[in-house]
Amino acid sequence: MMQPSQGFLPNAPLFPPRASEMARDIDLLFFTVLGVTIFFSSLIAILIFYFMVRYRRTSPNQVGVYMKEGGGTMWLESAWIIVPLVIALGIFAWGARIYFAAARPPSDAKQFYVVGKQWMWKIEHPGGRREINELHVPRGQAIKLKMTSEDVVHSFFVPAMRVKADVVPGRYTTMWFNPDTVGTFHLFCTQYCGTEHSRMVGRVIVMEPADYERWIGGAATGTGGSIASGEDLFVSKQCNTCHRADSTARAPMLWGLMGKTVHLEGGQTATADENYIRESIVNPTAKIVAGYQPIMPTYLGQLSEEEIIQLIRYVSSLKAPSATEQAPGVNPPVPSPAHEGAR
Amino acid sequence: MSALTDFVEPVEEAPEPYEHYLNHKYGLASWLLTKDHKRIAILYLISVSLFFVLGGVMAVIIRLELTTPEGDLVQADIYNRLFTMHGILMIFFFLIPAIPGVLGNFLIPLMIGAKDLAFPKINLLSWYIYVVGGLFTFYALLAGGVDTGWTFYAPLSTSYTNTPVITVALGIFITGFSSILTGLNFVVTIHRMRAPGLTWFRLPLFVWAHYATSLIQILGTPVIAITILLLAAERIAHVGIFDPKLGGDPVLFQHFFWFYSHPAVYIMILPAMGVVSELVAAFARKPVFGYHFVAFSSIAIAVLGFLVWAHHMFVAGISVYAAAVFSILSMLVAIPSAVKVFNWTTTLYKGSISWETPMLYALGFIGLFTIGGLTGVMLATLGIDLHVHDTYFIIAHFHYIMVGGAIMGYMGGLHYWWPKITGKLYPRFWSKVGALTIFIGFNVTFFPQFILGYLGMPRRYHAYPNEFQVLNVMSSAGATVLGLGYLIPAIYFIWSMRYGKDASANPWGAIGLEWETNSPPPVENFDEIPTVTWGAYEYHESKVTPSLPPPRPKGEVVRV
Repeated sequence: MMQPSQGFLPNAPLFPPRASEMARDIDLLFFTVLGVTIFFSSLIAILIFYFMVRYRRTSPNQVGVYMKEGGGTMWLESAWIIVPLVIALGIFAWGARIYFAAARPPSDAKQFYVVGKQWMWKIEHPGGRREINELHVPRGQAIKLKMTSEDVVHSFFVPAMRVKADVVPGRYTTMWFNPDTVGTFHLFCTQYCGTEHSRMVGRVIVMEPADYERWIGGAATGTGGSIASGEDLFVSKQCNTCHRADSTARAPMLWGLMGKTVHLEGGQTATADENYIRESIVNPTAKIVAGYQPIMPTYLGQLSEEEIIQLIRYVSSLKAPSATEQAPGVNPPVPSPAHEGAR
Repeated sequence: MSALTDFVEPVEEAPEPYEHYLNHKYGLASWLLTKDHKRIAILYLISVSLFFVLGGVMAVIIRLELTTPEGDLVQADIYNRLFTMHGILMIFFFLIPAIPGVLGNFLIPLMIGAKDLAFPKINLLSWYIYVVGGLFTFYALLAGGVDTGWTFYAPLSTSYTNTPVITVALGIFITGFSSILTGLNFVVTIHRMRAPGLTWFRLPLFVWAHYATSLIQILGTPVIAITILLLAAERIAHVGIFDPKLGGDPVLFQHFFWFYSHPAVYIMILPAMGVVSELVAAFARKPVFGYHFVAFSSIAIAVLGFLVWAHHMFVAGISVYAAAVFSILSMLVAIPSAVKVFNWTTTLYKGSISWETPMLYALGFIGLFTIGGLTGVMLATLGIDLHVHDTYFIIAHFHYIMVGGAIMGYMGGLHYWWPKITGKLYPRFWSKVGALTIFIGFNVTFFPQFILGYLGMPRRYHAYPNEFQVLNVMSSAGATVLGLGYLIPAIYFIWSMRYGKDASANPWGAIGLEWETNSPPPVENFDEIPTVTWGAYEYHESKVTPSLPPPRPKGEVVRV
C-alpha cells in the first residue's frame, strides 16, 4: 500500500508521494504557480473586504466618487494587462520546458509495451515477460512506455511520477519516467472508458535493480518472449512470402528497417517507427514505399493489439545484414533478448 | 428629460389598478402563445429551474456515493449515467440557457429602450425548441440515461456503449438551434433596436456581454451540431470517422467536440460577467472603472475562446508544438478575464457600497471566479496539466467557474432584478442567509477537490482508494450545505410572489432604463420610447434618491 504521510490525519495525506526527478520539477512549478494564485486571490479578496468596509454606504442617497477615465487610468489598465501577461508567459515557458522534456524519453530508456483494454492494463517487459495491472520497474532506469488500446481511449496515470498520457486505439503514444524511489505507487486510468473505469487501476512497483533482475528471473532468459511469438506470426500470417530478404521480393525488405527514413511513392518520406509499422500492417495502402505495388492486404481486425506489438518487436529485432554475413533467409537468426533489451 | 428618475412619493390614496405584463391576460394559452420577451423569460425561468433541480438531485446522489471509497450506494453503471446526465443537464439545459434565456430575454429590450426583441416569434420558437430538446433528453433519462460522460468521447460513444446516445445527442442537437436563434435575436436587437441616443458606449455592460455571448452561440453551436451528426453517422451507419476499427480517428472527435465545447464555457460565464458589472456599478453607485476595457474584454474572450480548444487534449497524444501554441493562447485568454476582475475591484474604490444581497453574490463571484480563473492558468500550463489533467483538480476548477462563477452571477442577477420581474420584494434577512450559506457550502464542497486532484484522484471514479475518503466526506458535507443554501432562495422567491411587499420602480436606487419603467413593467415596456442622453452608470450626475420603504406603483411610467 501507499506510505501514508505523517500528518494529523495519518490516513488522509494532503500531498501525493513522489518518486521521480520530474515529479520534483512539476511540484516546484506547481507550487510557484500556486503562490501566484494565492497572491492574486488574496490581493483581490483583501481589497474587496477593505473597500466593502471602508466605503460602506452611510446614507441612502449617497453615490460613489466619480473617477474620470483618462490618462491617469490608462497606466493602471496597461499595468494590469502587461504584468499578468508577463507572468503568464513566464509560467507558460516553464511549463512548456517540462512538457517537452516529458515528451522526449532519454535514449537509454527501456521500452515497455502497454495495451489498455476495457478494463485492464496489459504490460510487456523488454524481455518479454508480461503482467496485468502491475508494472514492476527497476529504480534509476528510465522507463519508456509504448502504449495503445484495443478498444476505447484510456489514459495511463502514475500520480507519484506526475505524468500521464492517453492510450489511444489505432496509434502508439509514448510516455516515460525515471523512478528514483523504491515503493508501490498507484496506477490509474484517467480517461473515462466505460462501466468499470474506476476498476482499471493497478500498481507501479519500483524495485532495486538487483531485485528487479531477480523478479524478472527466468522470463528474461527464456524463449525471447514476444520476439519469438512475433516470428511465429510472421510465418503463420505469411508475411514472409513477400517480405523476403532478396532482390526479387514483392515487398520492401524489413531487415534494419526500424528507425530508418523510408522513401514513399510521390516523393514523400516517413520515419519507420512503431506507428509507421502499425499503420503498414492495418492500413497498408496509406503509405506505399517507392518502387513497390500496393498489393498488401489489410490485417485490420485479424491481429490483436498484442499480436501487432509482437510483430513490431520482431521487425525491430531484425538487424540489417552486413556484407560479411549471408543474406538472411525466411528464418533469420533471432537476437537474444538480452541483446534486445539493451537496444 | 432628465437622465434619471425621481422616485414617486408614497401616495396615500388607493392606487388605480395597474396593468402590467403579468396581469393583462390570464390563462395557460396566454403564456404558451405569448410573444412578450418578459413572459418568455418567465417560461425559461421555470424550465431551466426544473432542469437545475433534476441535475442537482443527481449531484446529491453522486456526492452521497462518494462518501465511501467502495462503490456501495449505486452500481458503477448507474453512477456513470448519473455524472453523465448531471453534466448534460447542467451544461446544455441549465447553464447555457439560464442567464441569456431568463435575464437576457427579460432585460435586453428594457435596457436598450425597446418594446421587445427584434423577432418575438422566433424568441418563442427558441423556447419551444429548447423544450423539445429537453423532452428528448428527459425521455433518454427515463430510458436509462447515457453513460459516456457529457463529452461523448469516441469510440466509446459510437461503438461501445449500449445506452441511448443518439436520443440524448439529438436532444442536444435540437437545443443547439434554440441557442443559435436566441443569439441571432440578441445580435439583431442590439444592433437595430437601441433607443435614440443609446450609442454603443452608452450600453450597459450586461448588453455588451450578451452581444459577445451571442457571437459564440451563432458561430460555435453549428460545430457541435455537425459533430453530433458525424457521431450519429458512425454509431448508426458505421461510417468510419472516429473509430480506428472502422478507419477513423478518435482524436479528431476530441478536436470537433472541444471546438464548440470550450467556447461554450464562455457562453456560460460571459453573461454572468455582464450581470456582475451591473451589480458592482449599482451597489457602488459609480460607473464601472475602465468601461471600455471591460466591454472589449468580453469581445476578446469571445474571439480568443475559439482558439484554445486543444488545451483539453494536452495528454491526448497531440503534437508537442500544437500543445505549446494552445498553451500560450490559453494564457492569453486569461488576460481579459483578469482585466475584468481588476476593473470590478477598482470600481469599489471610493464607491458607496451597499451590502445588499445581489452585491454579496457579485463579490462572491469575483472572489470565486478569481480562484477558478487562476487554477485555469495552472491547467493551461503544460507541465502542470501532465499531472492534474482529468483528476478532481479539473472538477474543482470548472465548478469554481461554473457554480462559483456562472451560478453566483445568475443568483445575483435574479436577486437584483426580481423586484423588476415580479414586482415583489423578497425578505432581506433570509436572502443574506441564503447567499452566505451558498458561499460557504460551495467552498467546502469544491475546495477539497483541488487537493484530491493533486493527490491524483481521477475524475469519474465510482470507487476510489481509501486515503481519499476524508476529503471526499468533507466535499459531500459541503454539498449538503450548498443544497440547503439553494433551497432558501427557492422558498423565499416563491413565497415573495404571493406575500412579498410590492416593489417600487427602482428599489435599489440604480441607474438604467430598466429602472425607469414600473415594476413589473407594462406590456410594451415603456409608455414612450426614451431618448438617452447619458452613459451607463453615471451616478455622479444623478439625483438618485431611493425612497424606502418603496412606493407603490402607479399606473404610469415614473419620470421627472
